[in-house]
Amino acid sequence: MTYIAKPKVSHPGMPRNSLGLTAREYEGAVSTLCAGCGHDSVTAAIIQAVFELNIEPHMLAKMSGIGCSSKTPAYFASQSHGFNSVHGRMPSVTTGANAANRKLTYIGVSGDGDSLSIGAGQFVHAIRRNLNMCYIIENNGVYGLTKGQFSASADIGTKPKKGLPNQQEPIDPVSSAIALGATYIARSFSGDKDQLVPLIQGALLHDGFALVDVISPCVTFNDHEGSTKSYAHTRKFYHHVVEADYVPPAEAIKAQYDEGSAMPIELHDGSKIVLRKIESEYDPTSRAKAFKYLRERFNAGEITTGLLYVDDSRKEMHDLMGNIETPLSEYPLEKLQPGNAELKKILLRYR
Amino acid sequence: MKPTDTSNPEYFHKVVDCQWACPAHTDVPEYIRLIAQGRFSDAYSENRKSNVFPGILGRVCDRPCEPACRRGRIEDRPVAICRLKRVAADHRGDVTASLPKAPQQTNGKRVALIGAGCASLTVANDLAPLGYEVTIFEALEKTGGLMRTNIPQFRLPPNVLDEEIGYILDMGVDLKMNHRIDSMKDLLDDGFDAVFVGTGAPRGKNLEVPGRYDSENIHIGIDWLESVAFEHIEKIGEKVLIIGVGNTAMDCCRTSLRIGAKDVKVMARKPRGFFKASDWELEDAEEENVEIIVNHSPKEFVLDDGKLIGMTFELMEYNVDEQGGIDRGTVTGEVTIPCDDVILAIGQDNAFPWIERDIGIEFDKWECPVVDEETMMCSRDGIFFGGDSAFGPKNIIWAVAHGHEAAISIHKHCHGESLKDRLPDGVNLASQKMGMHEWSYSNDYDPAARRLMPHVDLKERFKKLDIEVELGFTAEQAIQEVERCLNCDIQTVFAAKLCIECDACIDICPVNCLTIAENGDEADLRTRLSAPAENREQALYVSEDLPQTSRVMVKDEDLCVHCGLCAERCPTGAWDMQKSTVLLPYASDEAAGEQQDAAAPAA
Repeated sequence: MTYIAKPKVSHPGMPRNSLGLTAREYEGAVSTLCAGCGHDSVTAAIIQAVFELNIEPHMLAKMSGIGCSSKTPAYFASQSHGFNSVHGRMPSVTTGANAANRKLTYIGVSGDGDSLSIGAGQFVHAIRRNLNMCYIIENNGVYGLTKGQFSASADIGTKPKKGLPNQQEPIDPVSSAIALGATYIARSFSGDKDQLVPLIQGALLHDGFALVDVISPCVTFNDHEGSTKSYAHTRKFYHHVVEADYVPPAEAIKAQYDEGSAMPIELHDGSKIVLRKIESEYDPTSRAKAFKYLRERFNAGEITTGLLYVDDSRKEMHDLMGNIETPLSEYPLEKLQPGNAELKKILLRYR
Repeated sequence: MKPTDTSNPEYFHKVVDCQWACPAHTDVPEYIRLIAQGRFSDAYSENRKSNVFPGILGRVCDRPCEPACRRGRIEDRPVAICRLKRVAADHRGDVTASLPKAPQQTNGKRVALIGAGCASLTVANDLAPLGYEVTIFEALEKTGGLMRTNIPQFRLPPNVLDEEIGYILDMGVDLKMNHRIDSMKDLLDDGFDAVFVGTGAPRGKNLEVPGRYDSENIHIGIDWLESVAFEHIEKIGEKVLIIGVGNTAMDCCRTSLRIGAKDVKVMARKPRGFFKASDWELEDAEEENVEIIVNHSPKEFVLDDGKLIGMTFELMEYNVDEQGGIDRGTVTGEVTIPCDDVILAIGQDNAFPWIERDIGIEFDKWECPVVDEETMMCSRDGIFFGGDSAFGPKNIIWAVAHGHEAAISIHKHCHGESLKDRLPDGVNLASQKMGMHEWSYSNDYDPAARRLMPHVDLKERFKKLDIEVELGFTAEQAIQEVERCLNCDIQTVFAAKLCIECDACIDICPVNCLTIAENGDEADLRTRLSAPAENREQALYVSEDLPQTSRVMVKDEDLCVHCGLCAERCPTGAWDMQKSTVLLPYASDEAAGEQQDAAAPAA
């Protein structure tokens, strides 16, 4: 944890986005997490992603629950909206916020404890609603804030710093999300921003529920030998199957892709996510095949990463319900509040 | 790229831009920290070790350190290094204890130094404490050389000169004033063990245009300044033209204003940006309402009945190419500007009419002696040159640097050792971590702008020639200015084997100077870093292969503010902030080494 604030000085050659902002202007307070925490790298990746997407800070909402992960929204986009909710209740609060104002970009930052234990039910139903948000799980397999007990994502056989190895079956957020029907599912690693940043960008622009499960090592309680969520273990068993490149609107696809392996997915603002299969047999558009592949590789001890499943045909919550585009805050008060006479008419219908 | 060899003393030395740029390699960040701690005497002594004349240089140094200062690349203006040096000098207490002292017994070796300027005085400063019998021959009635004759008193008060020169002369140096050396041959006949020539570049360049010799009111800048300094000249006409726009021209115009001139114009042949004068000297002159007129090339003097009444100039037009180069220009017209006096300040030459050409001292086609840049010895054994007399006009701090090197050579020469077999530079590294979140230096970046030097009121300052214009920083200004120093000598030192590639340092770095990347050649790597790395003068610090991915950590040294956050955020201590101390050998170190060798039993 750092008491020394990051000084306001910056590189004079820093690029600016179309709003004239530098990435520094999407930063937040100085992190109070442990030095070397994977979560700080995820924070840096989020900063880079929203900076490159030219998101106006006042059009971004940062949502979180409780845990080390849930502290991180304080460390980016200090000019944006934020809501630090009750443990595991971030999906409900985001649902409410999104229901009232669908024009904001919602980014929820949660952890394996917040999403897979106390908030598992909330997580599941946010997927079911296809809530339009980017849902990031900073997944380190331990409860860092309470001194490193195993969480629900700890693998069988992974060793704690002290005590016995874990024996319980882990909950894998990615295969769970595939089973539940999430429409954008990715896994990445805090130590690989080249992969992580475009995955977050795709998730922010995806219409519907986008999950990014990020292996984010706990440098204090889970980065030792024998841990399956350490920096070294993740790097060793890291298996990147589908690479995603974000291509902004109005920009031609420049990178060279092998014939047949590139798959551009058009996003609602005209930008594209270009998928490039590194593993030729992997099919990120088939739930069944993706699930089978992921379970097989999981059993082989591999950590499959990349954009693992995407379905851009399903409608998000508002479209399913036929809601209006206008945020309630901009909607005329007389229409929001029909008044006493109108209310009496409605009540009369039930008499 | 190969991993950076940080054991090479040059590597970290170069990161300390100011110290690297200083010819005498003054440890700038160290003395600035001492000032910050209120240890003015220690800051003065730290300065004196390398530059010998902190009070003098704190006023009139050409300050190559300041354009080099990293702060100037991060925001506009560098740390006011030079003026902080003066702070150390102004506020120092009794420094007697830290001054070098001559031993009771001399070593019997006699060294002659010609000229009592900064180069010779530095040699005396280094050799007297080793027991040498040093004799300085000075042609004029006062010491200091051009520091006294060419730099006006309103910039450099005589008492400052006297005090700092006194520290050296008080070591028992034999000073022979009004003693011009007219023949090197005769001097050599006196049997000195070594001779050092520190006679400067005493001949002001002339301007051979019509009318040059028809009036008494046309002066050569450096001679004129010397005459003013010795009070042989006490006034000048109301309208004065200065030809040339170097630092001597600035001293001439400002001196003129103090002895009777009302309207002073500095005539420049070229446009702004091509002036030789330092920016700050131009600023100080313009503050005194000196007019600088560009694109005027002198053609002839205009006289009326034997009296100088003006000067004719050709109006010039130049083309500047994309690289900033300027052509020879074309003449577009002519103009005559009225004046009472003209001062020529267009440069200086070396002149050695007193050195016989048949005594084994080789001269080049410009009539300059051929001098070895490392040893400062000419082609005749035992004769050394330094300061402007060695390689033409430079500045005081170069003369000091030459003096130190010459002193080492003279010592080796007198002991029959090889001049080339010199002690190498060294570097010490020491961690500055004091505890949790605690570093031994002030690592918080202070965004304060450069402090402005307070000046004597514009009316007041012209009343007398010797009113020092610059007042020196106040205590408040000094406190603020020291915090602007980035402590570039507190180095970021990386141990690849400890790195777990968590990216914490990369994410926290405020100026994006860190990257973990696949290795490549330098040109390629520079295109793949976190932020543009376009300053090729500044090194890339490349690590050994990292344990987990075999990539490398790359640091672009260019804009690092040495805030220490990389080390602060590193969970494994792979980054550490370590103070680098560059160890530069002086004559005393060479002597100490010999004593150790002598004391050691034969192998």
